[in-house]
Amino acid sequence: MDVTTANLKRCVLLTASGRIDSGTAPKLQSVINEVADEGNYKLVLDLSDVDFISSAGLWVLVNAQKKCKRFNRGELVLSGLQNRIHDALDLAGFIPYFKIFEDTTQAVGSF
Amino acid sequence: MITVSFPGRFSSLDRIRKFYTTAARQAGLEEKAVNEVELAVDEATSNIIQHAYGGENKGDIECSYSIDSSGLLVIIRDFGKSFDPKVVRRPDLESDVCCREEGGLGLHFMRTLMDSVEFSFNVHGGNLLTMTKRLHGSQEKHQVSKGA
Repeated sequence: MDVTTANLKRCVLLTASGRIDSGTAPKLQSVINEVADEGNYKLVLDLSDVDFISSAGLWVLVNAQKKCKRFNRGELVLSGLQNRIHDALDLAGFIPYFKIFEDTTQAVGSF
Repeated sequence: MITVSFPGRFSSLDRIRKFYTTAARQAGLEEKAVNEVELAVDEATSNIIQHAYGGENKGDIECSYSIDSSGLLVIIRDFGKSFDPKVVRRPDLESDVCCREEGGLGLHFMRTLMDSVEFSFNVHGGNLLTMTKRLHGSQEKHQVSKGA
């Protein structure tokens, strides 16, 4: 699993690729924490190249959302979910916690 | 019955998932069902490393499967602490994001994604998890619900 970040005008774009499981989720958590600790709470996470996510990865997304939404300072939005990633979010009951966009351009434009 | 032992560490998860997705395809499961098996076995074996063994590199995970005309039988054994599914709290699927507490999803995923999930434990044989995924299980469920 790899994660890259790009500072845009109104938000930070994180692009993940590969498989997010109990072994790789801490890396995603660490990158999101690093970005948030620099004062960035408006985040887009592009998951279009992620083809597997377990509950460990889903909790990283929820914990990141909690952090971003605290004090109304921002939000984590998701983009480009493959069907199986959407299904996993749904199974966990996490769909209502996120704005989900078909592509990154729409997601970035939401800020 | 095909059996392979994997070291109980997170870097084994990729190989364990491949072991079972290959089996699921051999069993003739459709791709959505293969994905469901993959997620269920990942959750099961992650739980073994985290909870039964209490961390990485504490013991092996013995992964087995067999295929018959009804579908795929998955058997996963570990030699860690005994696991009682009754003590796992049900996940709260309704609360607002601020109130969701981590944990409990693995078992929920396994029970939802597989057609049957059973746990047993004995002092000599360790924890034994048996799960099945039936061929055309989802279609049968759909037909039953439509007919009801």
